[in-house]
Amino acid sequence: MDSRTDLMSLPAETSEGTASRPLLEVQDLTVEFATRRGIVRAVQNVNITVAKGETLGIVGESGSGKSVTSYAVMRILDRAGRIAQGSIAFSGLDLQTVPESEMRDMRGREMSMIFQNPRAALNPIRKVGRQIEDVLLQHAQVDSGAVSERAIETLEQVRIARPRERYHAYPFELSGGMCQRVVIALALACRPQLLIADEPTTGLDVTTQKAVMDLVVELTRERGMSAILITHDLGLAAAYCDRVMVMEKGHVVEDAASGTIFKNPSHAYTRKLMRATPRPGVSLRGLLPEQEQPRADQTKTVRRTSSSTASDALLVVEQLVKEYPRKDIPTSLGKIFSRKPPVETETFRAVDGISFSIAHGESVGLVGESGCGKSTTSMMVMRLIDKTSGLITFAGDDIGEIPARSFATLPSRKKIQMVFQDPTDSLNPRFTAARAIADPLLRLGGLGRGEVRSRCEELAMQVGLPLEFLDRFPHQLSGGQKARVGIARAIALKPDLVILDEPTAALDVSVQAVVLNLLQDLKDSLGMSYLFVSHDLNVVRLLCDRVIVMQTGKIVEQGPTERVMEAPEASYTRDLLAAIPHPPL
Amino acid sequence: MLATLGKRLVTVIPTLIGVVIVTFLLTRVLPGDPAVYFAGPAATPQSIADIRKSLGLDRPLPEQFARYVNDLAHGNLGNSLSTGRPVATEITSRLPASAELTLLGLILSLVIALPLGILAAVKQGSWIDHTCRVVATAGVSLPVFFTGLLLVYVFYFQLGWSPAPIGRLDAFATAPPQITGFYLFDSLLTGNFETFRAAFSQLILPALTLGIFSLAPITRMTRASMLAVLASDFVRTARASGLDNRTVILTYAFRNAMLPVVTTLGMVFSFLLGANVLVEKVFAWPGIGSYAVEALLQSDFAPVQGFVLTMAVLYVALNLLIDMLYGVIDPRVRLEG
Amino acid sequence: MTETTLNASAATALKPARNSIFSHAKYVIAENPVTGMAFALFALIALAALIGPYIVPHDPLASGTAASLKPPSFAHWFGTDQLGRDIFSRVVVATRLDFIIALASVALVFVAGGFAGIAAGFFGGWTDRIVGRISDTIMAFPLFVLAMGIVAALGNTVTNIVIATAIINFPLYVRVARAEANVRRDAGFVQAARLSGNGDFRILLIHILPNIMPIMMVQISLTMGYAILNAAGLSFIGLGVKPPTPEWGIMVAEGAANIISGEWWMALFPGAALMIAVFCFNLLGDGLRDLVDPQRRT
Repeated sequence: MDSRTDLMSLPAETSEGTASRPLLEVQDLTVEFATRRGIVRAVQNVNITVAKGETLGIVGESGSGKSVTSYAVMRILDRAGRIAQGSIAFSGLDLQTVPESEMRDMRGREMSMIFQNPRAALNPIRKVGRQIEDVLLQHAQVDSGAVSERAIETLEQVRIARPRERYHAYPFELSGGMCQRVVIALALACRPQLLIADEPTTGLDVTTQKAVMDLVVELTRERGMSAILITHDLGLAAAYCDRVMVMEKGHVVEDAASGTIFKNPSHAYTRKLMRATPRPGVSLRGLLPEQEQPRADQTKTVRRTSSSTASDALLVVEQLVKEYPRKDIPTSLGKIFSRKPPVETETFRAVDGISFSIAHGESVGLVGESGCGKSTTSMMVMRLIDKTSGLITFAGDDIGEIPARSFATLPSRKKIQMVFQDPTDSLNPRFTAARAIADPLLRLGGLGRGEVRSRCEELAMQVGLPLEFLDRFPHQLSGGQKARVGIARAIALKPDLVILDEPTAALDVSVQAVVLNLLQDLKDSLGMSYLFVSHDLNVVRLLCDRVIVMQTGKIVEQGPTERVMEAPEASYTRDLLAAIPHPPL
Repeated sequence: MLATLGKRLVTVIPTLIGVVIVTFLLTRVLPGDPAVYFAGPAATPQSIADIRKSLGLDRPLPEQFARYVNDLAHGNLGNSLSTGRPVATEITSRLPASAELTLLGLILSLVIALPLGILAAVKQGSWIDHTCRVVATAGVSLPVFFTGLLLVYVFYFQLGWSPAPIGRLDAFATAPPQITGFYLFDSLLTGNFETFRAAFSQLILPALTLGIFSLAPITRMTRASMLAVLASDFVRTARASGLDNRTVILTYAFRNAMLPVVTTLGMVFSFLLGANVLVEKVFAWPGIGSYAVEALLQSDFAPVQGFVLTMAVLYVALNLLIDMLYGVIDPRVRLEG
Repeated sequence: MTETTLNASAATALKPARNSIFSHAKYVIAENPVTGMAFALFALIALAALIGPYIVPHDPLASGTAASLKPPSFAHWFGTDQLGRDIFSRVVVATRLDFIIALASVALVFVAGGFAGIAAGFFGGWTDRIVGRISDTIMAFPLFVLAMGIVAALGNTVTNIVIATAIINFPLYVRVARAEANVRRDAGFVQAARLSGNGDFRILLIHILPNIMPIMMVQISLTMGYAILNAAGLSFIGLGVKPPTPEWGIMVAEGAANIISGEWWMALFPGAALMIAVFCFNLLGDGLRDLVDPQRRT
């Protein structure tokens, strides 16, 4: 109770002479984690200041310590972590000296946080309205008689339609974007002074991302709040924040106004990160750091052949349809042991009569948000799943008619290969890199054991994987190295068509830049066609001659990349383009 | 709620059919001539043939099955060879003794296991956590009949605190009038506290034995699922919004952690009903388990078959109850099921 | 949290393969010395099962009425039973029989349940439904009760105890194998294997099975204890093993009657042996699980 009155009086007291005092002031912060390999310093000597009403972006790749910093501020580090050094002052109050009970009081009321993966951030078995009430009642914002009205009001403020009904909803009944709105409502219910958003839009579609970010910015501005946006996306941070801090391996390497960070990055790492961020007006080569610009002798090989041979179609897809029986979401109960009745099935069209073609040496982007049917389409073309109806013609053969089950051992299998989304998941944990690359060579390549090794080494060199990594297992390789193994395996049989299923989605942006360039080089030197499946128009633009936009199982637009990006015809394409964050340039 | 109950009941039907088929097959198809069992050890070929005819074993299998199902439908489980009494009556009269024992055992273990598991997870690495780990691993390793004997030795022979392990009541007490069949309830309902005390002192050791036996899986599961839930994103959100420990642990973590625990209860019941047989033998408890064991040793098959069927039906019913309980806790199951 | 684990895993990534498995094993044992103890205990039990009958001081079947019901002494470490047989010798000799029963039933169910489960998880559809139905029906019975029924019907022999124990463990193996095969069915590496020209059978054998094996091994070790308990329980109520064969369950049963007159040693020593054996397998299972799957530690 004491603490509450203390804090209530804080703004009044501070407003007199120290109006310029920052809301949050972190000095020389070092956070350590006790791991089995000894102490790991996740954050080292970090200084952060956030002024009242300011929005700060903290940008970094995975492992940079950006999330840990925010957990330290909230004092919600897990038991292995501790603040080893430094001070954190909030409204002039030294948070390290505040007792836990008082700190708990401040969380949610003075500073609050929103998280990545909003659905998991909500209690799955409690009505969302009740979860907001819990916070309101905890911080004595309202008496219990009026609390449900306040909760509904809070839902309304985050633009949730029909808040009175949503009050009774459980998280599983809401979409991801809607869940994130509820999490924002939770965080803002008690009108805190500081909001920390930790990757709030990762995993959400671009259009949802835009809606969520716009909402956060609007609400914080409206209430004069300060905010910290933690993200891996430099473009997103620059577009929405007043100031951007860049972190690398636990250190802050750059701290500048977002207007200047793109123009005059001072630190080499920022420059690298900035260059690697796909954005309009930048070529694929431009993503690479200056010193790693492509060696002139390598890029001079075969140039794009697409325009000359466009009429000569390699793959033709006509009226392709895939239907699935509609099923309930499986629960956590083990399926064999559940005694549930079979659910009445009703079909659902994941892919709804689409037609397109890919020419020899052409690369085509297939773009859409989650659930639009792009992955299902690629799996059907890949002959991993069977179509419901339609035609898939590859090099003149009707491969759509061959059941997926028997396609695996046919010679045509060699001609269509794939690079998977998650490099970790796509490598057998018990196979070394060499064994993974050798698998297609042994099964379909007709090579003997002796020849396989030399071919593996040749492929490793082609994809830029140092030869000593060939005998390592996947868990001993980094994400980028695993991606290279996946690519080497896909091109091992010299396929005509390679499907790239979000090949860089799981990678950090600097690694993504390298991998995208590698893919372009390989295409140029080997003359393959690509079908590049992605949710990110900016990435697709870099690599593709043509782009196909899908929405709810249908193609809404297709055409040359430049045309679609600059003069989109479908309104959905325009929405997608508008949703991409535009950093000040 | 009624509709979901109806749906669940429908799904139980195939399981029950499976149970009936298996119990039928246990006597009719597997090697070993059931007629020899039924005729007893002193049978002549003639008497075996007679029994085969009288049991209908000379008929084709589907007909035998139809007869078996028909008998079941009329509540007829056959007659015991050794006592000559109908199995169904015997099982009905002995069932409350077994049920009282099993339920008290389960309650005892829940009362200890749930708080222990929660505390161990909340105070991970503390002495209570280590106690919990020892209890969990040692508990599953204890043969239930061995625990029972140890308890008898310590509390009856050494300390003399508990009466001799000779059933539900000692020779001097009289059974309370039959109301629920549970001596503890019946004696209380009729205000007979002397009998209550006598029944309780007989019951406590076997119930404790069962309790210790089921303690381990429940504690283990409670701790594991509490740990998982405490590390989950939504608990982090709850903490980051400043909810107090009580709300975080009880309202947020505990209710979610109960879901896997409730699922485990199915397994625990399976263990308990099996362990019940052994405990009844150790404590000369006049329940259906000891009835089946006696019959088993005399190759008297009808009681064994009746016993297996009764246990299976009970177990299916308990699982149904667990499913319903799960639905009460988890809206995802309730709203979609 | 995730950031530091990433750092840590980046550090491990630099070590070569074999070494890291050993260092991980060393780490697990150092972290949890109990696991090391369990390994030692297991070695002791295996030794007793192998050479027990040749080294015991007395003939486990030889009775001497003069020395009946004697408490533990220097001549008879664990005392003697009502027929004057040496309990220590009987306990040691019984190890082999209990061990064989458990091992045989676990081996049986490992092959049958593992195969059925993997097929159900990988192929889905009808295979899954049939296997699921069988497991469901077995699971509809309290397991020990079903084992009693099976032994009673098949006949009262040790072989049938093995079979009954295998049958009641079947659903557990199916569940584990099915779940593991099912999550891997659509894993990227399985699809990649398909693209490399592997047929279903090869994928199962070369890609899925080796990845499931470690988890199945953990399951084996965890159910070994349960199998021993189950077999001992059956012989305790008079099924399977017949006197005078030394076996832990039946020895406890023989000693049960003497507990209330204070002759504790008859039941205590075989019971304790049984407990220690099961305890050892459970610890071993936990240790193996830590080794194989650190995330699933409890």
